[in-house]
Amino acid sequence: MSINRRQFLRRAGIVTALGLGGSFAITGLRGKVVEAAGEAGYKTSENALEAKHWAMVVDMSKFKSEDDFKRVTESCVSIHNIPDFGNPKDEIKWIWEDDYEHTFSGGDNEYLTESFKELPFTVMCNHCENPPCVKACPTGATFKRPDGIVDMDYHRCIGCRFCMGACPFGARSFNYRDPRPFIKKTNPDFPTRTPGVVEKCTFCVERLAKGQMPACVEASNGGLIFGDLDDPNSEVRKIVSSKFTIRRKTDLGTQPSVYYLVGGEDHA
Amino acid sequence: MLEKALTGSKKYWAWIIFLLAVIAVGFMAYLKQFSYGLGLTGMSRDVSWGLYIAQFTFLVGVAASAVMLVTPYYLHDFKKFGKMVIFGEFLAVSAVIMCILFIFVDVGQPMRILNVLLYPQLHSVMFYDMCVLCGYLAINIIVGWTSLGAERKGIHPPKWVKFLVYLSVPWAFSIHTVTAFLYAGLPGRHFWLTAIMAARFLASAFAAGPSLLILLLLIVRKVSKFDPDPPGVGAIQSLVKIIRYAMIANVFFYICEVFTAFYSSIPGEMHAFKYVFVGLDGHASLVPFMWTATFLAFLGILLLVFPTRKNKVLLPIALLAIFFANWIDKGVVLIIAGFVPNSFERVTEYFPTSNEISIVLGVYAIGFLILTILYKVAISVREEKAQ
Repeated sequence: MSINRRQFLRRAGIVTALGLGGSFAITGLRGKVVEAAGEAGYKTSENALEAKHWAMVVDMSKFKSEDDFKRVTESCVSIHNIPDFGNPKDEIKWIWEDDYEHTFSGGDNEYLTESFKELPFTVMCNHCENPPCVKACPTGATFKRPDGIVDMDYHRCIGCRFCMGACPFGARSFNYRDPRPFIKKTNPDFPTRTPGVVEKCTFCVERLAKGQMPACVEASNGGLIFGDLDDPNSEVRKIVSSKFTIRRKTDLGTQPSVYYLVGGEDHA
Repeated sequence: MLEKALTGSKKYWAWIIFLLAVIAVGFMAYLKQFSYGLGLTGMSRDVSWGLYIAQFTFLVGVAASAVMLVTPYYLHDFKKFGKMVIFGEFLAVSAVIMCILFIFVDVGQPMRILNVLLYPQLHSVMFYDMCVLCGYLAINIIVGWTSLGAERKGIHPPKWVKFLVYLSVPWAFSIHTVTAFLYAGLPGRHFWLTAIMAARFLASAFAAGPSLLILLLLIVRKVSKFDPDPPGVGAIQSLVKIIRYAMIANVFFYICEVFTAFYSSIPGEMHAFKYVFVGLDGHASLVPFMWTATFLAFLGILLLVFPTRKNKVLLPIALLAIFFANWIDKGVVLIIAGFVPNSFERVTEYFPTSNEISIVLGVYAIGFLILTILYKVAISVREEKAQ
């Protein structure tokens, strides 16, 4: 097929017009979307706590009695409307305790005394720098915020549980049944969940936004130290850079943001 | 053409009514699960995927196996498969529909399932899995239906069908590869974190899928006047060879996995294999399954290697053995054992509930209903032409 000069010019003109018009339309649209987001006015409170990389240090020397663990766990349970079903199958937990042997599984030392193996540790979501759960989630219901926190959107989650398969730390729980009747005392300031969605520790994003420290940190009497790992002057950074801390399953490369300070009586 | 599924013998209708009854039971069970939540299943915080996802995984393989007919027939001009290709494509259609249904019954918030499209996440393998599965379903429905319609009119199918046929070949490989990637890319799940997962998936699929297809065709031969493999053609025996090599490759891959785990002696690599073959920390619920699968796999291979494969009685036994060996391996053990031991190296076992099993059977019944209808149409068209 051959075309003459006039046809060629006409067609070239049409294509150019379409291209320019299309790009204008797209830029215009994008501007609108941005405006809409601004109008909705999602402003953070003025005293909100902000960071580039929130991290937690668990100072094991401060967890001496059963009560130290209980206080921390219960502060989380009551604030976040976590149900108690009384069975491990449906169990939902954000922060809990497990022993050294299982928490740091893989590094078995067979000569370790039982008392060491059974040493309790506080465990929770590690808020990994490379979170496999976020990669797995097909809807973006779990996502990493710019401040390093791995958060959950309970309204977008479809309950496929891909994130639970992806998490190497067993940090995620699924609402296998309606949690509401099993909440001891409902906190009206935090949403309860529907059956069929996944949940986990969020480093208390709702409290950080109001300028408060995470509930467990507040209840820990200094056992949990929370701060910005990116800030060279923060307490967490000082501990992590100068004391002996361990993290769970570092060989997987997920870069957990929860550090365990072991054998350090005094921290920086 | 669909009207051909509305007339049939008494036996045909009895079968349809039986399937509808199973579907009804499964549907009631699903309604129960829908209102209560997935707590009605045996799944737990530790074993968060169970029979549903395992069936999904297995059936993706069955769907992909249609390519073992399509490739020889269209790409290598292997005419023997001429009468069987349509049955492979229709098997793929019903298998993919079952896959989609198994995902649907597995999600905790099924009403939100379209969030996968509303907020597509390009880093999630599940997004790609959804794309390739839906695409494969469309390809097989269009190709199968158009070819059959053309055959009925005694004309060649339109040229664009050929394009879709060629597209279906890499597409079939992609659906099972992407499904394997769902598992093989997860850190911390040693049983799944293996580079040959996709290869294993394809090998087991090309053994189990065509086995099922031949078994179905043997039934077709019994219940209709249409013979998909008339005397002298030898299409079934050609497919048997494919099954045999695929199954040998599958077993070989499995042995590779066992070698790597046990020669390296890395505890995490060995745990799940110990759990399925000898039990771990006193938990051994999957052990009888795995040994049955092992026995069936070798039985099937032996029967297909020797001339016993041509025996009318032994061939179906061999095919059943291979089908169930793969079903146990992929449709039961692989997914469950992936969660054992859990992230804290503790063993939590999984036992499906009766409600869960009813739903599984219900989905299978829907698949068989679709398969029956499609096969009925295809057979009727062929019978009509033969007259």
